[in-house]
Amino acid sequence: MRAFAQLFLSLDESNKTNDKIRVLKEYFETVPDPDKMHMLALFTGRKPKRPINSTLIRNWAVEASKIPGWLFEESYLVVGDLAETMSLLMPGDYSTNDKTLAEWIMEINTAGAKTEEEKKLWLMDSWAMLDKQERFVFNKILTGGFRVGVSQNLVVKALSAVTGLDAATLTHRIMGNWQPETYHYKQLIEAQQASDDISRPYPFFLAYPIQETSEKQRSVEELQNTLGDASEWQAEWKWDGIRAQLIKRDGRIFIWSRGEDLATDKFPELHPFLNALPDGTVLDGEILSFSQGKPLPFNVLQTRIGRKNLSKKILEESPVAVIAYDCLEYHAEDIRYKSQQERRQVLESLQAATTFPEYFRLSPLIPFNSWDELAAVREQSRAMIAEGVMLKRKSAHYQVGRRRGDWWKWKIDPLSVDAVMVYAQKGHGRRADLYTDYTFAVWDGDKLVPFAKAYSGLTDQEISKVDYFVKRNTLEKFGPVRTVKPELVFEIGFEGINRSNRHKSGVALRFPRILRWRHDKPKEEADTIETLRALLGD
Amino acid sequence: MPKKPLIEFTDKGIYCSAGDFYIDPWKPVDYAVITHAHSDHAYTGHKHYLAHHLSRQVLLYRLGPIDLQTVEYGERIYRNGVEITLYPAGHVIGSAQIRVEFKGEVWVISGDYKVQHDGVCTPFEPVKCHHFISECTFGMPVYQWKPQGQVFAEINSWWRYNLANGLATVLVGYALGKSQRILQNLDLSLGTVYTHGVIENTNQALRNNGVELNPTSRITPETPREEIRKGIVLAPPSAVGTTWMRRFGPYSFGYCSGWMAIRGAKRRRAADRGFVLSDHADWEGLISAIDATECEKVYLTHGYTVTFARYLNEIGYDAHEVHTLYGDEEAESLTQAPTDEEQSNTGINNASPATGGGDLEGAGV
Repeated sequence: MRAFAQLFLSLDESNKTNDKIRVLKEYFETVPDPDKMHMLALFTGRKPKRPINSTLIRNWAVEASKIPGWLFEESYLVVGDLAETMSLLMPGDYSTNDKTLAEWIMEINTAGAKTEEEKKLWLMDSWAMLDKQERFVFNKILTGGFRVGVSQNLVVKALSAVTGLDAATLTHRIMGNWQPETYHYKQLIEAQQASDDISRPYPFFLAYPIQETSEKQRSVEELQNTLGDASEWQAEWKWDGIRAQLIKRDGRIFIWSRGEDLATDKFPELHPFLNALPDGTVLDGEILSFSQGKPLPFNVLQTRIGRKNLSKKILEESPVAVIAYDCLEYHAEDIRYKSQQERRQVLESLQAATTFPEYFRLSPLIPFNSWDELAAVREQSRAMIAEGVMLKRKSAHYQVGRRRGDWWKWKIDPLSVDAVMVYAQKGHGRRADLYTDYTFAVWDGDKLVPFAKAYSGLTDQEISKVDYFVKRNTLEKFGPVRTVKPELVFEIGFEGINRSNRHKSGVALRFPRILRWRHDKPKEEADTIETLRALLGD
Repeated sequence: MPKKPLIEFTDKGIYCSAGDFYIDPWKPVDYAVITHAHSDHAYTGHKHYLAHHLSRQVLLYRLGPIDLQTVEYGERIYRNGVEITLYPAGHVIGSAQIRVEFKGEVWVISGDYKVQHDGVCTPFEPVKCHHFISECTFGMPVYQWKPQGQVFAEINSWWRYNLANGLATVLVGYALGKSQRILQNLDLSLGTVYTHGVIENTNQALRNNGVELNPTSRITPETPREEIRKGIVLAPPSAVGTTWMRRFGPYSFGYCSGWMAIRGAKRRRAADRGFVLSDHADWEGLISAIDATECEKVYLTHGYTVTFARYLNEIGYDAHEVHTLYGDEEAESLTQAPTDEEQSNTGINNASPATGGGDLEGAGV
């Protein structure tokens, strides 16, 4: 565990990519094989199940810290991270154990079966034998909040340098459904891997934005310069759903979301068409809610994400289908090396053969002869319930991860209104102890109606200025939330807007964020609720 | 009519009407007693200043020509029969707690303080009193300092690593206080200490005041970069990210501050290394200092005043928050409020006075 805690600290302390890779390599070179696999599991989001519920952990942490509960909560607000708060507040900063990461995780995994009393004893003992940094990392794993500011790419790069295997192969091998207890380092790095995991998805190919921000519009000339001739490209709508990979192998089906969650059970409507596919087929596409052949806005789909039980009502109100746009495996052959055009033909033939065309849909190609034409079509994205258009080079292979060059997304500009900040709350992590989370309001007559929360979009410098303002212009405090003197105006951007009964304003926004701080606008000139309602388009 | 309290909190600062003087006032007054020379405590524009001897040159350097009287710790000064005595606060060189006594009633105004000995300034001395006015910049239990020997071992080993790997070493800390503490605790067998102009001016002021500091070398445009790489650079926070600092690259830059105890704050600074080193008392330090005064009442001026007051009241003290401009809120120091520590390559600092509250950037946290 000491090595793992040190790894975490060293990664925190290195800002440069090369330093991070060096630190990761050193870790792989020094720890025993089981620890390598556990580290890989944690760094790719495969966390152990929580053995103890967080209320109990919190209560025992308060006890171990020997301070009143309210002071513990106040400390949490300052630190902005529960695992760290617990580790800082507990006395003792001396490590008296030599257990490996694998041993600790085994203990965590077996702790779930203990009685409450045994759990407490085990946890108190564990805390006492760890130093602060180890305790912090241990708490992170224990509370299921383990995240690390290192991309999977870097980990793979380091692993690739250590093993001599290429990065794309390694990325594929750490996809899908594996456990560090049963997937051994030796298997991971063998020259030819006998793939025994039929559920394993391919790494997703992700597109870069062709236009970084809405302020930097791309002219048709620029597109021509960057992308070349329009005839070398295919275009599709950019659908706003759940990116998914759908697998049929050996008579079994698997649906993976982009976050590498196995989501097969969440979409029962898709099972019949998947079961009917030939074995050895892998599709890439977007799962969306549909009604009468038309996609529904994302918020309809949202109502069924995260539900444990899909009731009949939900299935009726938010039925899904997949819009497929790629085929990665056909007749059990990995066809990612084939061109976009060839893969498209395979996909079309598969779709043509389906008896479930309502559920297995094709993402239609947008006909266009020039960038001018496409720019005009893009303007209709919103009417198509799409986020913009996707550009794919006809000769492109299906690549690993986010790559520039062959796949681009060209999103539509966000909708926007000018709004007044009315509430502020402290952030977490890097933004701990700073007021970074704001609620915005628009005018309804002479009253301000809150309609959106936004966390992102300001620079660090702007955040400290707003923080400075909040601390000096607080009208009321409700727990962690402060009512702020309405004065600061911001332009709030969002991808979509829908009617909502759950919000006071009557609307719910999709992806609200701060576009810019309108220093030039007094609060009286912020937008009104009528402006928002007009955007509902009815 | 109830008796007027000996010490009042006014919109100009902490005021003693019987003696007609202020302590660390933020608006111009006739007579100001100054706890220490940081910008949120020593403002410009007062007619007369009283401070500790060792603050003399730094105050003159920062505030320009002022009417300044300086005294030793323990030396008694009388104003209208009110006795004023300075006691060591252990915060920075020349920092003092102000003890005020009148007709048997004793108040102590701490200014900023730390109880840990730093080997540079006169150690903090607890003073018995009826009323204690305390800071609580780090008045949360998550702030617990390690012994400074441990921190300097970390700093020296980081410096050694950089030397071995051909990296320049840039260590950031406040010009007054932190810089001298670092300077006196570095392993000088490793190399030369190079200083930013603002820090060197402060060092020079202290040396003129008779303070013995380890040798330093002021960085000028002529200082060869290869030489700098063989030593260590001390820089103020305002130098971070400037071209002045970038020209030492490739470098590793460390940040010394109490805020580095929290991962989020550390990540915000984007320093290569964060060293938890503060010139303020930590949680235990604050409580032990307050306890040692045996006071009847505690007043908290700046820092986590709300939380700390509540806790003190729960464990049996009579604690109150008071509003001052020494930073009227938690963690103000994290904001990028205007600072008088603006970098200047020429090393000339026309110390502009702090603009409003929250100017803790200059407060040596």
